[in-house]
Amino acid sequence: MEKRHLFSLMLLVLLAVLAVGTVSAQGTVELRITWYNDGNEGDVLRDLLDRYEAENPGVKVVIDTIAYADLDKTLQPQVETGNAPDLARVTDVSRYKGYYLDMTPYLSDPEAWAAAWPAPIIEWMQSGPEDKGLYGFMTQATVTGPFINRTLFEQAGVDVPSDSSDQVTWQEWVDAAKQVADAVSAPDLKVYPVAIDRSGHRVWGPALNMGAVFFERDADGKPLMDEKGNVLFTADSPGFRSAAQMILDWHANGLTPVEVWAGAGGSYASARDFFTNGQLVLFMSGSWQIGAFANNIGDAFDWEAIPNPCGEAGCTGMPGGAALMAFKDSKNPEAAVRLMEWLSSAPVHKEFVERSLFLTYHVELAQSGVDYQTNVPGAKKSLDTFLGEIPKLSDDAWVLQTARNSFSLNIAIRERLTQAITGELTLDEAIQRIQQDVDDARASS
Amino acid sequence: MSPLRPLSRAVTAVLGVADIVLEPLQNRIGLRRMAYFFLLPNLLIFGIFILFPMLLNFYYGFTTGESILPQNREFVGTQNLAKLLDCQDFRNPNTCNEDRFWRAAGNTVVFVVVEVTLIVVFSLATALALNRKIIGRGFFRSVFFYPVLLSPVVVALIWKWLLQQDGLLNALIVSAGGQRQPFLIDSGWAQFWAIIVGVWAQMGFYTLILLAGLQSIPPDLYEAGEIDGANAWTSFRFITLPMLMPTMFVVLVLSLIRAVQIFDHVFVLTGGGPGTATLYLVQYIYTTAFQSRNYGLAAAASLLLALVLLVLTVTQLRLGRRAEAA
Amino acid sequence: MSQPFTVTRTAPYTGGVVAFLTRLQGGSRFTTSDLLTYAYLLIGTVVMFAPVLWLVVSSFKQERELTAFPPSLLPYWQQTVAVPGYENPLDLYDVTLEDGTVKRLAQISRVGINAQMIDPENPDAPPITVNIRQRQPVRYLNFSLQNYNEAIVKFPFVTYLTNSVIVTVVATALTLLINSMAAFGLSKYRFKGRDVLFVVILSTLMVPVSVILIPAFLVINQVGWVNNLLGVIVPGAATPTGVFLLRQYMLTIPDELIESARIDGATEWRIYWQIVLPLAAPALAVLAIFSVMWRWNDFLWPLIVLSRTELFTLQVGLNAFQGDLNVQWHYILPMTVLTLLPITVVFAFLQRYITTGIATTGLK
Repeated sequence: MEKRHLFSLMLLVLLAVLAVGTVSAQGTVELRITWYNDGNEGDVLRDLLDRYEAENPGVKVVIDTIAYADLDKTLQPQVETGNAPDLARVTDVSRYKGYYLDMTPYLSDPEAWAAAWPAPIIEWMQSGPEDKGLYGFMTQATVTGPFINRTLFEQAGVDVPSDSSDQVTWQEWVDAAKQVADAVSAPDLKVYPVAIDRSGHRVWGPALNMGAVFFERDADGKPLMDEKGNVLFTADSPGFRSAAQMILDWHANGLTPVEVWAGAGGSYASARDFFTNGQLVLFMSGSWQIGAFANNIGDAFDWEAIPNPCGEAGCTGMPGGAALMAFKDSKNPEAAVRLMEWLSSAPVHKEFVERSLFLTYHVELAQSGVDYQTNVPGAKKSLDTFLGEIPKLSDDAWVLQTARNSFSLNIAIRERLTQAITGELTLDEAIQRIQQDVDDARASS
Repeated sequence: MSPLRPLSRAVTAVLGVADIVLEPLQNRIGLRRMAYFFLLPNLLIFGIFILFPMLLNFYYGFTTGESILPQNREFVGTQNLAKLLDCQDFRNPNTCNEDRFWRAAGNTVVFVVVEVTLIVVFSLATALALNRKIIGRGFFRSVFFYPVLLSPVVVALIWKWLLQQDGLLNALIVSAGGQRQPFLIDSGWAQFWAIIVGVWAQMGFYTLILLAGLQSIPPDLYEAGEIDGANAWTSFRFITLPMLMPTMFVVLVLSLIRAVQIFDHVFVLTGGGPGTATLYLVQYIYTTAFQSRNYGLAAAASLLLALVLLVLTVTQLRLGRRAEAA
Repeated sequence: MSQPFTVTRTAPYTGGVVAFLTRLQGGSRFTTSDLLTYAYLLIGTVVMFAPVLWLVVSSFKQERELTAFPPSLLPYWQQTVAVPGYENPLDLYDVTLEDGTVKRLAQISRVGINAQMIDPENPDAPPITVNIRQRQPVRYLNFSLQNYNEAIVKFPFVTYLTNSVIVTVVATALTLLINSMAAFGLSKYRFKGRDVLFVVILSTLMVPVSVILIPAFLVINQVGWVNNLLGVIVPGAATPTGVFLLRQYMLTIPDELIESARIDGATEWRIYWQIVLPLAAPALAVLAIFSVMWRWNDFLWPLIVLSRTELFTLQVGLNAFQGDLNVQWHYILPMTVLTLLPITVVFAFLQRYITTGIATTGLK
């Protein structure tokens, strides 16, 4: 009856564990940050926090890292049931409004905090025009835009269009990239001219530049909204149609690796691996890739970001970024805010972005500049290029980024455009479905 | 097993102590009602952590809103169900209000039929092979069972690693002079692999169940058949298959329920793509809840799914009884 | 045949029936059907096992080798050499020079299609520019644990392992205890509502856990088990499958045994613990292995319940580590192998009990 012994053993363990009970709390203050990583920023943060802990005995900061894909899925139930962490790094800032901690009473100088960040950022985190609270700061600013593999251009003997012109269209870029790809492709190495991340957000920039109208404005210039504060998104405009058609054509003509849009359903997907492997001439993505490129590409080829291609309506990219937010549930709001103050202070934040190769919205640092710690020439050049893109961001781009229901437009474009690419829907049907999806999302919000 | 013996004695002692409490209990409530005592812990956990959330989930199906807290959600009656069922022609998902639900439903039907068929065929073949007097039977039995132990996530990672454009399978094809195949990019291929990987991961379990069924067929039946002049085929057709029917029904019911609920390994392998080619019902529910944040619609879809499964299972059991009675 | 097949423990029939589809050919001749059987089983073995083996072999490969096409069958690593005057070791290549001779050179840098090479024997000579198509990397076979070391350093493997073991062992013990009690109650007593209860328990098989994550989380929150291993352990313990399996098995235990024990004055608890449980040992063993498997591989539910790193199980930790955008195969492959290892070892030792256990409990 060996099994009975095994069973007994398990029972005993069970009883032992149940008997142990809860461990007594320690005397120190523990702060917890829910975090995700794009590159090495988690390591940089840990390093900074070790210093903070040394300077502040009695405070212990724990980073709970989870996959970006699972961030909102795990955070939302925690936040709504009063189990939020002290701080969390989020990209969908609108989602947790009402659960953030107003730091004003704890800040040593609230006015300085408000002055350190651009007004649209502060307002993005507030619930409405009456709300004057301060809730968090941006760990990183991001701008979407394309990268090119300059070495491939050189090998093909094709001129880089942006070297000779400030305003290059998508058509010109793709034509040049196609020439490059044709010249350098070999039987054992397939090089694709162009790719774009599988994300609605990535499509918005090119679409706006081609004249897409995603929402109407009232007489005062404010976007039309419903009573819940959702923007009334419109999918069908000639500009969006052109952008969507352009991406469909890339697929139909074999200009882009189909894996990115067709290879993965149901989620965001990046073409990053194709670019780092030298299999891609032009890659439409964003500034957050720089850190990974600097690490993974090394000196294998020369790469750099280029200004966003222009259309008749402009040359904008999409703003974005990841915010570090404080939550109401914190049992130690004072300690949490002190940490926030320290992390967002100019010297600490400067070090964080310098070592993580991030752009920043911090007003003072944006003026004085930061000294990025990298030997990779492409990284430095790309950071400069993206910095130059920030002033060019259009008003519409900011509305798309900060509207509370913009996630629905992002997902709808991503999923429906994919269906158009795989032939499940025509472009007309896809656009109709995008409209239906965002309307449904508004209705059920 | 000597080191375990004192432990066993200790636990027996603990459970003996339990009798100090339980004997008066039994004297008080009577012998028959002790059944409730034995059922209590399981039912309590079951009721609180499985049944109640399930009923709550069904309630979500009649509400709308962004919050996950039931008290913050707005009751809208059958609106979500109506939206799911609003369709001009069920054979063409594009004419349905919620087209992705019907695409998922159609995909699931195809998946279930093919997957269950393949599982039955392959596990029966393997069970028959393992039932013969062969060398290394224990080894083969273990090899076929091993994938059952793997988590769906790991199963998907293993196959993704094999099937990707630069994977081993394509390398083998190229070295044999063929062309690289878009295994996870082409709709047809992706559907094919979603099914094959499912069969790979599960057939070992059903093989063992069928093997048990085969071994419980009394040998004298075959002897009698032989006397009556049965050959290999006829004794398979008229002895093995009918005697195996009850076990086959177990396999059918279990594999059907699991196939309808297909989710994890496909989610990691293809993410439901390309497009919606491998989007199945549970993934539809999952993404509708967690990506589109439409918990109400997702819950309504899960209600429909549970209904369909219940009808299917009951029908199968009825058919099973009738077949046995015949 | 109104009764589904009952549990019989007959040995496999080995009589002299000539039956390809049923039994082995009579006599000692090796026949075509034997050949087919072995061919089928061997092909099956390759199909079932090769994917796992490929994962294991790949997990030893150097990062850059992982993206190479066609992939090498065995893990090869780039040979490097330390050259005076250079901080890091340089990669070695066999280079075909313009005059057709092959020379072993070290690469200083590569820009585009051109690589700067140097002779490691003669580091003071000026570097040579070589077209990258003219060079072949020098590689050597290496089953080093470097990937494993890097991956383990990257995340607190021991913590995750401990949590996984605690969850698996405690949950399995709890499952065995309460499921067997319930199965005893359902199989050995007659009471009002028994059959209804059984059907209700079984009907929950129709709704997968992935669908009720949110409501179940709300319950856990009310109980106060968010970020507590108990929140992962307890809810899954009342498995319908386990109750079903044990009940079916206990039905085959003769009631006379229980009656005579009652006459001898044994309490119901003693009957359960000292008579029924030992007799149900094979079924308990099967449930134990299933429970271990379910709990070890459980992913979605722990992900929702646990948000603190120190409580993560292996599956949750492995996922967090995948990052958001790119798949870092050189970390994921070794970590996957590490999560496979414990369950594989358990299986290797217990496989006879497991496979014959499932066979003899005769799931109905």
